[in-house]
Amino acid sequence: MAEYLTYMGDGKRIWSTREKIIDDLQAGMAEAVEVGNVPDLSSEELAMLCDIVCDRNRIVSVEPGNEIVLSNDGAQNKFTGDSGSSGCGIEISALAAAQVHERAMSMDTFEFGSYDNNYSVKPLKAVIAMQMQKMEDMQNSMIVPFFYGAMPNMGLYYEPDGPFGNPPDMMREGKVEEAQSEMEKAMDMMTRDIEFMGVKMQEAGSDGFNFDTTASAGDGDFLSVLRGVELLKKARPEAQTMVGMSSENVIGIHGMLDYKGHDVAGIYPHDQAKLAEMAGVDVFGPVTNTKSGKSLAWNMAYSVAIIKECEKKSNLPCHVNLGMGVGGIPMLETPPAEAVTRCSKAMVEVAKVDGI
Amino acid sequence: MSIAHMMASGIGGIRTSGDLVARMQFGKKMKTPVAKEYVAKKLGISVLDLTDVYVMRDLREALGIGVTVGLPGAPRGIAAKMNIEKLLDIKINCCENFRKMTSKR
Repeated sequence: MAEYLTYMGDGKRIWSTREKIIDDLQAGMAEAVEVGNVPDLSSEELAMLCDIVCDRNRIVSVEPGNEIVLSNDGAQNKFTGDSGSSGCGIEISALAAAQVHERAMSMDTFEFGSYDNNYSVKPLKAVIAMQMQKMEDMQNSMIVPFFYGAMPNMGLYYEPDGPFGNPPDMMREGKVEEAQSEMEKAMDMMTRDIEFMGVKMQEAGSDGFNFDTTASAGDGDFLSVLRGVELLKKARPEAQTMVGMSSENVIGIHGMLDYKGHDVAGIYPHDQAKLAEMAGVDVFGPVTNTKSGKSLAWNMAYSVAIIKECEKKSNLPCHVNLGMGVGGIPMLETPPAEAVTRCSKAMVEVAKVDGI
Repeated sequence: MSIAHMMASGIGGIRTSGDLVARMQFGKKMKTPVAKEYVAKKLGISVLDLTDVYVMRDLREALGIGVTVGLPGAPRGIAAKMNIEKLLDIKINCCENFRKMTSKR
């Protein structure tokens, strides 16, 4: 029986039959339907995914005419960072990294962010003037849409890094209401910080703000970003905002929060996108989490089923997260290009995303 | 990672028209097919031509909207973006700032 070279969710090469690949696709889709409350993929769509996985070529691509917009997170850290961010450890300026992405790597957009300050909103307030002057200089040299990028990262607002009590510690002691109260205080501060940072970077000429790994600290983190975007758009309507999520569902650490009457905890991408739209977000970045113990086929069908529903329900353009360990791409700091291009094609031609 | 995605599905940035489509997507919340139609119409080419380097290389130079190669005398950076504003009938934030800074005080 013919076998095909494919991958596990941790990036390991495996050989698999077409029948096993079809079984994995169906199982991945079934999991998405159950946990994400999304419809089945059609038999035609599953057949397309099977053809993508079983393609004998190393690299696959979309048909001419189907190309989409590429955006980024992580800014110049792709070059300058360490292995924790899959950075290459190259000593290079932020401007040089941006220009290489624009002129040599054909990126459609790029961003600037500061890794000396955790790439996070709270510590960046302290160096806002330096960030502004760098943004002004870089805007003079860049052509592609060029954003400021940072993580909301509400975890930095809690002890020992921030002024508020640490909710997980308090919950372990049974102080649930006190923990919720501390989260709400942190949310208020982060919302104001987002507005402050966003307005300042608009004054410096930024095209907008990329909120990277939104909701990494749960439902309060997500809600603060939505409120922060609202305030930013009110103050600077020209600010173009992209909200990229950290995970496929919003973790209910607080558990009782709502945004304009809609529950925040536990929601999946198709519901997250609706809230993003209500807040005035311009581009939404949904996520699915790759399961490293499942195959590429399983993860691809799982991810495509969830993201297809998000794209279908969203009035906003959606740029799916397709980095290491998300969107079906193996959880490996150097993911196989064979797997990356397969997930790329599947998301564009089956899930119909607007961008990656 | 970025290179793999660009090869598999990217429009091509300033090699072709990716930055222009992205401007309409981020600035006007246009889904990709709508943004492509808009940009193609403004450029006077077909949607398929948007990703054709043979078409876009010379067209970008002629329009002064930035090219991927070093080309002394050709607009790049904010000069190219000022031409992109006119081409796409949009305002770009840094160009607005530049005009404010250089206007008579």
